[in-house]
Amino acid sequence: MLSYALRRLAMIVPVLLGISVIVFLIMAMIPGDPALAILGSFATPENTAQLRQDLGLDRSLIEQYAVWLGNLLQGDFGRSYSLNRPVLDEVTERLGPTLLLAGASLILCTILGLAAGVVSAVRQYGWQDKALTLAVLVGLSTPSFWLGLILVLIFSVGLRWFPVSGMYAIYGGGGLTDLLHHLALPAFTLAVVATGVIARLTRSTMLEVLRQDFVRTARAKGVTERTVILRHALRNALVNIVPIIGIQTGFVLGGAVYIETVFQWPGIGRMLVTAISTRDILLVQGGVLVVAACYVLINLAADLIQHMLDPRIGT
Amino acid sequence: MTATTTTLPAARPGTWARFGRNQLAVAGGLILAAVALLAIAAPLLPLPDPNATDLPNRLAPVFSAGHLLGADHLGRDMLSRIVWGTRVSLAVGLIAAVTAAVIGSTIGIVAGFCGRWVDGVLMRAIDMLMAFPYLLLALAIVAALGPGLLNALFAISIVNIPFFARAVRGVTVGLKRRDYVAAARLSGQGNLTILTGEILPNLLPVIVITFSTTLGWMILETAGLSFLGLGAQPPQADLGSMLGEGRSLLLVAPHIALIPGLVILLVVIGINLVGDGIRDLVDPRLASGGLVRPGPATAVACDAIRQQAGNPAAPDAILSVRNLRTHFLLNEERYKAVDDVSFDLRPGECLGIVGESGSGKSVTALSLLGLVPTPPGVIVGGSIRYRGQELLGLPLPKLQELRGNRIAFIFQDPLGTLNPLMTVGEQIVETITRHQGVTHAEALTHAIGLMDRVRIPNARDRASAYPHELSGGQRQRIGIAMALANDPDIIIADEPTTALDVTIQAEVLKLLQDLRRERDTALLFITHDFGVVSELCDRVMVMYAGRIVETGTTAEVLRDPRHPYTRRLMACVPVLGQPERALDAIPGLPPAVNHLPPGCHFADRCDRVIDRCRIGSIPLEDLGPGRSSRCIRAFEP
Repeated sequence: MLSYALRRLAMIVPVLLGISVIVFLIMAMIPGDPALAILGSFATPENTAQLRQDLGLDRSLIEQYAVWLGNLLQGDFGRSYSLNRPVLDEVTERLGPTLLLAGASLILCTILGLAAGVVSAVRQYGWQDKALTLAVLVGLSTPSFWLGLILVLIFSVGLRWFPVSGMYAIYGGGGLTDLLHHLALPAFTLAVVATGVIARLTRSTMLEVLRQDFVRTARAKGVTERTVILRHALRNALVNIVPIIGIQTGFVLGGAVYIETVFQWPGIGRMLVTAISTRDILLVQGGVLVVAACYVLINLAADLIQHMLDPRIGT
Repeated sequence: MTATTTTLPAARPGTWARFGRNQLAVAGGLILAAVALLAIAAPLLPLPDPNATDLPNRLAPVFSAGHLLGADHLGRDMLSRIVWGTRVSLAVGLIAAVTAAVIGSTIGIVAGFCGRWVDGVLMRAIDMLMAFPYLLLALAIVAALGPGLLNALFAISIVNIPFFARAVRGVTVGLKRRDYVAAARLSGQGNLTILTGEILPNLLPVIVITFSTTLGWMILETAGLSFLGLGAQPPQADLGSMLGEGRSLLLVAPHIALIPGLVILLVVIGINLVGDGIRDLVDPRLASGGLVRPGPATAVACDAIRQQAGNPAAPDAILSVRNLRTHFLLNEERYKAVDDVSFDLRPGECLGIVGESGSGKSVTALSLLGLVPTPPGVIVGGSIRYRGQELLGLPLPKLQELRGNRIAFIFQDPLGTLNPLMTVGEQIVETITRHQGVTHAEALTHAIGLMDRVRIPNARDRASAYPHELSGGQRQRIGIAMALANDPDIIIADEPTTALDVTIQAEVLKLLQDLRRERDTALLFITHDFGVVSELCDRVMVMYAGRIVETGTTAEVLRDPRHPYTRRLMACVPVLGQPERALDAIPGLPPAVNHLPPGCHFADRCDRVIDRCRIGSIPLEDLGPGRSSRCIRAFEP
């Protein structure tokens, strides 16, 4: 297990490098003079020239990349001109809320998705299956930003069960209860699409696993259908479902951009949207790099969990 | 066999499901067609200018005069704006999808067709794109290019390229290995001709499927970017940007934000319904009903139980089967897998059921405890009595009490039949704790004892091994230990030695023989091998095409087989010391059991066939106590 973890850990180095190359190339796509683009309306001939030199724009692309990567590795993500503070400080400050929101959504969509998928498979073609399949279809087709607005309208404005926005109450806020209270609606909204994906996959995987011979063996042993479904079939299905849950994190982290905007959640997503409209390119670059790195690590975790679940995967 | 499953299941759930799904797909197609028609016809419709402001009517609610869907904060007509916005959203989504499909498929084809380093480089690059959270990469691209509808379209296209590239590459690699591509190559066709002539047409299904899956996402995501203010810029408006503008007015005039979202939802549902329909049509597994879940017990047709009158059970039998009929209902065809099978099993006795694969011997065994998968299997008639208790129609909990407890199974192919994720010890323990009120620790001790008994060395250590860590012979012993766990009255062994090599086969047979003597367990032994029968069984029952064709004691049948099929089966067994004896595989295949011809089912493969064999139905002729044959020439030498 340890050696597998180490080997798998070593494999993410090229992935991280690849991510940095792509981000670098995207930033190189910026039309016109990047120095002008970065400085935007703050540009003067003096600071533009200074920035061009700082960015090494007079050098070759490969050299530029090497310098850029070297700076990143030293924790130098540049300075956000709109906030006038180091990009890394801002990003790390906002990473917590985003991971909290995404984590809560991931837990929700895993539980709901697995439950819906198992029930659907067990009651195949029954009314539960039909109802769930329909719900999943609608969930998969719903624009989450729109769903967020509707939920705010119903549960915050109408019923006043949940706060409209933010992470803590402005007056007398703080504490876990307050946080969970604020977290509920955005986490649920963000979880809807991923729940649909996981439910669909769970249903089809369960149907496949339930046809395998060891399920017949379990039935021949006389164990109850509940044990057959949960202990034998679901556990085997999980081996295939866990990596997909890992991949769903990517959709959840991306979708967080909408949800943070709708619910005014102080995370990286909302920061990115603001940074894009203010053309704060370095801030965008830092945010994207950090979230992408988190995604890589989460997929690594999913792989390791799959490895723990399945003794057959090479040790 | 529960009360709920006593009705006949739908004969073709696969087809029904497809029909249902196709109805949904048609519904989705209608939604899409309606929306698309509105969007295309927008310039022709009698709609007000979507950008004409009308301040007196600002924020007019839905159904107000002159504004069917109300008006926005500038008094612009919502209905008109929705129709024009839908036009933009659909166009952007479609163009993005087509762009992604063309670029992605090209990358996939080139990578798959060229292989080697081209494949390596291209696919690593695609992997890198996939390493990003989906929307984040699009945001980075929009950030670099600047907000705007065209840039949003471009960004969404790029992030969807990998889905096409991966799917298409996979299929291309598969196609390249096909014979007809090799043939085209040999006939001197150039790469380009092969690509366009042989490969491209076969790629269409996978491209269409990927297109139908990703189109919905692309429409959602472009709307999302516009919602964030990064896509369509005013005065240009798509559904997403209308939704975004309406957000600030959510409390005053919710319809301004809600209606565009509803239209997006409708369009995407339509796309997804059509996409699912296409996928179902293309996926052959769904077509054959292959993904239908088997129920916990075989269904028993209502009228089956009524037919059990007559043919009383033998008084000394522990298991009495009478006129058992198990059929498979598949694609409107009825396969008579087991037809009118009767036999008795006495305590301590070993009865062999012999036949080729497809003869119905395994289905007979599985029917006894309702382990034939439903659908497609249904028990349509007969009686199965264990110690006088009728098992057909027994409620599931009662049946589960017997399974693995009084009647235990040993299956063929011990790798597939053991749970790969559970230690073998745990799998034996589960059988014990299910039927005996013992603690886990006690059950484990018992399990290790059983493993010792079936001669697994180092039982204590091996108990914590997973099935894949054991050899085939050891896995089969685990299967036997599991069957022995609750000291059953009857063990049903379904070809337990087929997957093993000869020396291990002999050991396992000896083990079964010893255990049977030791515990006086009745053994129902299913095999195609008369060699094994002669070593183990007291009596034999030969099956062909779902029916019994000969019964008798092993000694009698071996000495004087009364059915040509039995004779041929016996000829298949190699005899030690007679290496020159031809191993006579029986020519031909057993008949399909859905359209059986009249007369003897073996007639087509029989070397003694006469005209009379093909007329009427051939009865199972009684040839003395426990001896019978279904052959009209049984008495002839």
